Amino acid sequence: MRPKQLRILILGAVITWCLPWAGCRRDDPGTVNVVGSTSIQPFAELLAQEYEKKNPDHKVDVQGGGSTAGLQAVANGLAQIGMCSRGLTPEESKQFTGVMIARDGLAVVVNPANPVSELKMEQVRGLFSGQIKNWKDIGGRDEPVRVITREESSGTRECFVHLVMGQEKISREALVQESSGAVKELVKGNTAAIGYISLGLVGKELKALVVDGEQPTAQNVLDGKYKLARPLLFVTKGSPSPAAQKFIDFVLLAESQKTLEAEGLIRAR
Amino acid sequence: MKQDRLISAILMAVAFSAILGLAIITIFIFKEGVPIIVRVGARDFFLSADWDPKSGHFGIRSMIIGSMMVTCGAMVIGMVFSLGLAIVLTQFSPPRLTRILKPMIELLAGIPSVVYGFVGVVTLVPLIQSHLGGPGLSVLAASIVLGIMVLPTVTSISVDALNAVPRPYWEGSIALGATRWQTVHMVMVKAARSGIVAAIILGMGRAVGETMAVIMVGGNTLAVPKGILEPVRTLTANIALEMGYASGDHRQALFATGVTLFVFIMILNTIALTVSRRQAKGAGAR
Repeated sequence: MRPKQLRILILGAVITWCLPWAGCRRDDPGTVNVVGSTSIQPFAELLAQEYEKKNPDHKVDVQGGGSTAGLQAVANGLAQIGMCSRGLTPEESKQFTGVMIARDGLAVVVNPANPVSELKMEQVRGLFSGQIKNWKDIGGRDEPVRVITREESSGTRECFVHLVMGQEKISREALVQESSGAVKELVKGNTAAIGYISLGLVGKELKALVVDGEQPTAQNVLDGKYKLARPLLFVTKGSPSPAAQKFIDFVLLAESQKTLEAEGLIRAR
Repeated sequence: MKQDRLISAILMAVAFSAILGLAIITIFIFKEGVPIIVRVGARDFFLSADWDPKSGHFGIRSMIIGSMMVTCGAMVIGMVFSLGLAIVLTQFSPPRLTRILKPMIELLAGIPSVVYGFVGVVTLVPLIQSHLGGPGLSVLAASIVLGIMVLPTVTSISVDALNAVPRPYWEGSIALGATRWQTVHMVMVKAARSGIVAAIILGMGRAVGETMAVIMVGGNTLAVPKGILEPVRTLTANIALEMGYASGDHRQALFATGVTLFVFIMILNTIALTVSRRQAKGAGAR
């Protein structure tokens, strides 16, 4: 081999060897890191864009990972703001402060071809825990119920379990899907399926069930009539840094709240 | 020759850092995973089907059975198609067609697994659901998708094995009056047997380890699948679904799932290596 070729080869090898160490650089303090719930992520990204447009010298980085991961990131100081799509547990509220940026309803959804359109809370619980195995038991067609749930780290799942299941567990036979989109897709294609997703995501292809006689609408959530609702929180540890506070204030502005409402969420107050 | 020695030392260091990576990964997953197996008890961990991390139940039987079912299904599908392809490519197709077909099959290996999963969810799952019943997301769907995914691996290694069969075998068989097909299945495939077995086992290793596509088409239920139309959760899916948020014992249990997978794949690879070594030796002796 000619020396020149060799030199290039060695250079390449050395560079490859050094690569893993090159990734470590510090973020500048002007950047606000927002990490957490994938249910809030798309909305936070949207607001971050608008915020950066209005304040070109501020930067907001939004990342997913799940509510619990977001809280961990805040606890470790990796993120200034955590996104949490469920209420804080008593233990967590000792450590963190949460600001409600919006509310979200949970819709229990079935295929539009399913004749059932109204259920009691106990019936929803029975369906998801696997005690009600056939739709005909609750006035539907003679079809075995196909329960669809989210993976365990999902804030949506956690809320659903908290609000609906109580001490009961979600059936082991349930299909586990990794995103609201996947749940939607399955319910759309299966007349015997039942699942739960954020109210804002229901759209026209699915049927959201009336639970305990209350329509699943934004107004009913605001009035506190429709019980399946959850807070969407921005969580900080201690008092937030000025940059983080500025972004939180921006999100709570009437204008930003309107943006969120247009996207299908329900305003905080 | 000082320069020479320096260069070989540097290249050596680079080569060994790759192996060091393997060593670190091995030590890490065993260190994290083995304690929980001991604590829960190997029997409970491997034989109980009760996986409920929140209440401290870690039994991965349904995932082990799920992984096995999906892998077997994938291998049946993959084997039929790959072996057929390999035979056609080496024995029957004109060289010009081979030159087009082979790269196309190898191209299959370059498609990201998410794409396989997505195509599976959009086309295969509704098909199974409407024609065969069940939820569509099933062992069968996962097997078919994986069967296609292992096709390039198994095909190309089988092709190599068939090509390595000495030409006189073929000539001898034809000279004795055997037809082409008789020659293929009685002489060529038999002579290449151990290479083909190695190909299949390597394919199995790929199928066991595949994650993304299986999560998308498998359904990921916790129950032990009762048939091929039932949904399934594999070992890999279990890790990928829960790793993001697991902590404490749960996290360790996922590492233990990883240990199980690791051992599984090590066994498969060792078998593949021994089998193909034996072929190499046999061919050398002839």
